[in-house]
Amino acid sequence: MKIIVCLKQVPVKDSLLKIKDDETWVHEDDLSYEINESDHYALETALRLKEEHGGEVVILTMGADRVREAIKQGLAKGAERAIHINNESFTTIDSNINAKILAAAIKTEQPDLILTGLQTDDYGSAQTGVILAEYLGLPHAGIVMEIQKQEGSIKVKRELESGWFQSVELPMPALLTIQSGINQLRYATIKGIMMAKKKEIKQPTLSDLGLSESDVAPGSSSLKFQKIYVPKKTKQTQFFEGDPKDIASQLVDKLRNEAKVF
Amino acid sequence: MAAFKGTDFYQFENLLSDEERLIQKTVRDFVETEFLPLLRDSYRKGEFPAQIIPKLGELGLLGPNLSGYDCPGLNNLAYGLINQELERGDSGLRSFASVQGSLVMYPIYTFGSEEQKQKWLPKLAAGEAVGCFGLTEPDFGSNPSGMRTRAEKTDGGWLLNGAKMWITNGSMADICVIWARTNEGVRGFLVERGRAGFETKTMHGKLSLRASDTAELLFENCELPEENLLPKTDGVKSALKCLSQARYGIAWGAIGAAMACFEEATEYSKGRIQFDGKPISSHQLVQEKLAYMLTEITKAQALVFQLARLKDSGVVTASQISLAKRNNVNHAIEIARLARQVLGANGILDDYHSMRHACNLESVLTYEGTHDIHTLILGYEITGTPAFS
Repeated sequence: MKIIVCLKQVPVKDSLLKIKDDETWVHEDDLSYEINESDHYALETALRLKEEHGGEVVILTMGADRVREAIKQGLAKGAERAIHINNESFTTIDSNINAKILAAAIKTEQPDLILTGLQTDDYGSAQTGVILAEYLGLPHAGIVMEIQKQEGSIKVKRELESGWFQSVELPMPALLTIQSGINQLRYATIKGIMMAKKKEIKQPTLSDLGLSESDVAPGSSSLKFQKIYVPKKTKQTQFFEGDPKDIASQLVDKLRNEAKVF
Repeated sequence: MAAFKGTDFYQFENLLSDEERLIQKTVRDFVETEFLPLLRDSYRKGEFPAQIIPKLGELGLLGPNLSGYDCPGLNNLAYGLINQELERGDSGLRSFASVQGSLVMYPIYTFGSEEQKQKWLPKLAAGEAVGCFGLTEPDFGSNPSGMRTRAEKTDGGWLLNGAKMWITNGSMADICVIWARTNEGVRGFLVERGRAGFETKTMHGKLSLRASDTAELLFENCELPEENLLPKTDGVKSALKCLSQARYGIAWGAIGAAMACFEEATEYSKGRIQFDGKPISSHQLVQEKLAYMLTEITKAQALVFQLARLKDSGVVTASQISLAKRNNVNHAIEIARLARQVLGANGILDDYHSMRHACNLESVLTYEGTHDIHTLILGYEITGTPAFS
């Protein structure tokens, strides 16, 4: 079974973020990066499926040179090889463009399964995986917690709201977006890290993928960041007047209709 | 508390390869997630958390700078970073790994027969066997040449008599590297647990390195077959060669402990409000302490990064290692003490790390060559005149 795992590198979770002067994003120069959390679980899930059923795990990622660290970590954990679409110019918030590029790379591979994280810890749109499935014309399931391989198909457990789960069967090939926390992540071993040095990291150009700059330029996006800001802390104090009964009635009204706590 | 970030004021990490950076990150995460949750309980009980041993083996952290025999063959920079990250957790954890790798696997690797290497190195690397190193005796610490433990040649083997003390991993060791006086000078021997005439006694009442196993080893007419001799050992200098390996790791490890204390004190000082609603980090005397810590950590890093280069190029000297061990441990303990002061009364609780590091470093200051002995080694290097015999 060939499994492609889409990994994204995102700023480390408790980073101190400084907003740029034009208020469109944060300063990235002094940030440290790590593999997006749910992508980590997608990778772990893929490695376990490979260990149980055989095959190979291929990491697919896009971004600047710095993402090589995330790729190396994935290879050290046990993925066989990686594809790195290395081009800073089309880094975009637009899930549609990202999915278009990833789809072009995946088409050259013919995988049985594509796993992505549920959503990224930076933009958090949770769109790339599902749009990617549409570009590839594949069935998909989101917020997946368990996967059972069957003959030519897979059965997955999806998380719904309020503690509900759904069991779905999909033909393969298929795309699944994986929920965080569904298994115990492994560490890259020292031997794994040393072996990763010899593993292939392919770096296709846009033309290798049959794409042009205009297909993927940020300007072609229909999305634009208007403003990013830190929520302002506000505090309002209101004094109720009247006898205790009136005050209680006003308080209940506020709690019910404004604060909506019951 | 936020995850440990490490201290890197001079951007030493830019000198690392992708692999070295990933190794450091992996060990850092491992210590944070797997080791630190076990530590407080272990430290209170005065026990090494032995459940971590197979995990250390699985990751490849035991004897990582040896090659072959299931060892990954890392360079000494990566080996140093591993020690730094382990000691950021606790000196007891780094001591365990140092003893296993530098004082048990290294002598078997360097002085052992092919059979000894095949038999022990893979098991020790995997954490399936634990080793210890018996050189120090109750009356011979800084002067190992005076040792009384003796191995007499017998028909087909050796008869071992004597006692060793302050032996890290001693109570739980499956295999001991024991140094003993013979008619041919000091030689090294392998002694397996369970051999008749060999006993261990755990040492209790320690106020330092509490999460570490420390024992006495007693040998009374302990018979060893000839194949237990480490054939290439030749005098006390063979034992000192092992110590140079371990001291190199300590020079790195002390920085990890210092970083943990510096980070804890910095974070605490920013949140602790005293006098007119201001954090104590705004006080000049607190800032002076933090500035000292950052300066000494940065200088210590400069030493070990160059020391790693010297070691990897095969030209490092024992006295260069002495300088780094002496300096880095000395400043690490001062940093730990100052960090405890910044934490005030809270700092004496085991909710915080600095006082535990300070207590641990009291041992590190005087083991593997005391601070003063390293001073004399440097004095000898500078003047050509030994102040010890």
